Amino acid sequence: MTQPLLTLKDLSIAYRVGDQDTIAVEGASFDVQPGSIVGLVGESGCGKTTLARSLTRVLAGNARIAGGEAIFDGRDIMALSERAMNGLRWREIAFIPQSAMNSLDPVYTVGTQLAEVLIRRGGLGRTAARTRAEELFEWVGIETNRLGDYPHQFSGGMRQRVAIALALALDPKLIIADEPVTALDVIVQRQILDQLRELKERLGISVILVTHDISVVAYVCDRVVVMYAGRVVETGPMAATLTAPAHPYTMGLRNAFPDLASAAGELTPIEGAPPDLASPPPGCRFAPRCPFAEARCRTDVPGLDVYDGDHLAACHRIPEAETLRARAVVSETWEAPA
Amino acid sequence: MKDGHDQGPPLVRLDAAELHFPVGGVVAQLQGRATVVKAVDGVTFELRRGESVGLLGESGCGKTSTGRMLVRLDKATGGRVEFDGEDVSGLTGDALKRFRSRVQLIFQNPFEALNPRFTIRDVLAEPLENARIPRAEHEERILRAMALVKLGDAGQFMDRYPHQLSGGQLQRIVMARALILEPEFVVADEPVSMLDVSVRAGVLNVFRDVRAQQGITAIYISHDLALVRYVCERTIVMYLGRIVEDGPTEDIVANPLHPYTQALVAAVPVPHPDQSHAPLPIGRGAPDPRNPPSGCTFRDRCPRAFDRCAVEAPGPTHVQNRIVHCHLHEPKT
Repeated sequence: MTQPLLTLKDLSIAYRVGDQDTIAVEGASFDVQPGSIVGLVGESGCGKTTLARSLTRVLAGNARIAGGEAIFDGRDIMALSERAMNGLRWREIAFIPQSAMNSLDPVYTVGTQLAEVLIRRGGLGRTAARTRAEELFEWVGIETNRLGDYPHQFSGGMRQRVAIALALALDPKLIIADEPVTALDVIVQRQILDQLRELKERLGISVILVTHDISVVAYVCDRVVVMYAGRVVETGPMAATLTAPAHPYTMGLRNAFPDLASAAGELTPIEGAPPDLASPPPGCRFAPRCPFAEARCRTDVPGLDVYDGDHLAACHRIPEAETLRARAVVSETWEAPA
Repeated sequence: MKDGHDQGPPLVRLDAAELHFPVGGVVAQLQGRATVVKAVDGVTFELRRGESVGLLGESGCGKTSTGRMLVRLDKATGGRVEFDGEDVSGLTGDALKRFRSRVQLIFQNPFEALNPRFTIRDVLAEPLENARIPRAEHEERILRAMALVKLGDAGQFMDRYPHQLSGGQLQRIVMARALILEPEFVVADEPVSMLDVSVRAGVLNVFRDVRAQQGITAIYISHDLALVRYVCERTIVMYLGRIVEDGPTEDIVANPLHPYTQALVAAVPVPHPDQSHAPLPIGRGAPDPRNPPSGCTFRDRCPRAFDRCAVEAPGPTHVQNRIVHCHLHEPKT
């Protein structure tokens, strides 16, 4: 395996609320290989967006890196000076937000905004910037005559393409995309996802794709990182993780997700709700909702252990994963948590 | 346009229903520049009692506008909307009040649908008061509605405020409020789109089971075919204000007939590693709703469009057990 582009080691991020720290991300570790798409999956409040944003070091005022490191191309992002970090943004690490409308300035044309990034950050001349802007628009499938349009003149899907063009402007190595297709209709969603795959294949760009949708993961990702209540609970190659999940939470997600390609079956919810991160339960945080929880799960925090090769999971019952999977597909299993 | 094997008259009937909005301000209207957006443009369908039907399409296709006409949040600007044989647009006074207790709407965002200063008890008592149900019956009906949506331990929730509940619990309260007057017809507009995946399934199950149990006729508005398939036996697909295909959901999923439905079905990602990455059979970019293409409004994105599609809007054609609006499926003459 080649040298990873990004390695997270035990990364923790805390929010200060009142006079108390809430740990939003705790001890996250995973790698991103060059030219790969990694899906960061989880539900609202699981820490996926906080984690993704921390990689551009754009965090809320009350958030801080509480520990660990993120080695990008040999440098620890978390330890860089603000000035050095500024040099990294756009040029090496770019960000695509969920709603491009909120990240584009409504009073400037998209061409002007693209040119500003290219000239001020990329050091291009006016003519070169114009050529590059046209090239970027062609890449993302927008007609170049629309460079003179304002953000409100674009549809949601088109605006998301503009955001991708902006992210690509300075040839970054890593793009962090926070739910880039969540607000979009399926047809547009598919076109944007195809775009990301194509960029990966043609330009060798890596993408961290934050999503709650395991179908989106199945469609574009090479690897998956599943988060629950601030912790990474499972990570592995996409196909292995989705077909043979080793963590009960991932098994539960699969049951809760409708599947157009299979016969119409029952959807099974995971009873209960994620814990309040201000006072999380001891031991495994999924234990209160887990049908397979045992006494030790409520006291000891499970570490991320090898399940199979580079497929890891944080579950005390990893050795029994195959049996648990068989039980997990039965609806009744999830009715009354142990 | 009848199927011929109706059991009894339809509960809901739309006949060439239209909802047109003027766009442009007063000045534009004086200058004669004002145009019209045809949010719903000649939609015809019937719902039999007890049917659950999905209204499927992308944003701007007119599905939500159709839903709003059905519950009379908006009055049709053309055509007819009938409920139980009566023209809904003409309802006033007591008749309108009665209609409002028989027909309910479930909103998309449970976080905004409830008054934050009301306790859950107040939220559920409000429709009872509006319908002049005697006070003495309130408690029992509230408890029954909460049991229906599987909020078993009702006492635990009654005196709480909406912000103290999770999204899944809130959406169940929203449903309980819609069901408390025992409506005959419910329109649910993307009721789970704001909920997390692990919770969504529970709310969908409640919706599906209560509907079937109580024999409620329902319209489920969504852009997500996988969800529609889970709760609806029949699906109506809309594109740019018009119906393109109407038929049993399983048949539409397995064998879509309209070129737009074909693209829509192909675009739905599935949670498996092996799936097709083939390019979608559809052109890019939805048209401007203020200025839709002539003839069939899908023709400029349709891979199979031919001369006639630009000239003539396709009418309904019966194919197998479905109605398709497409020249490709019209009988050859």
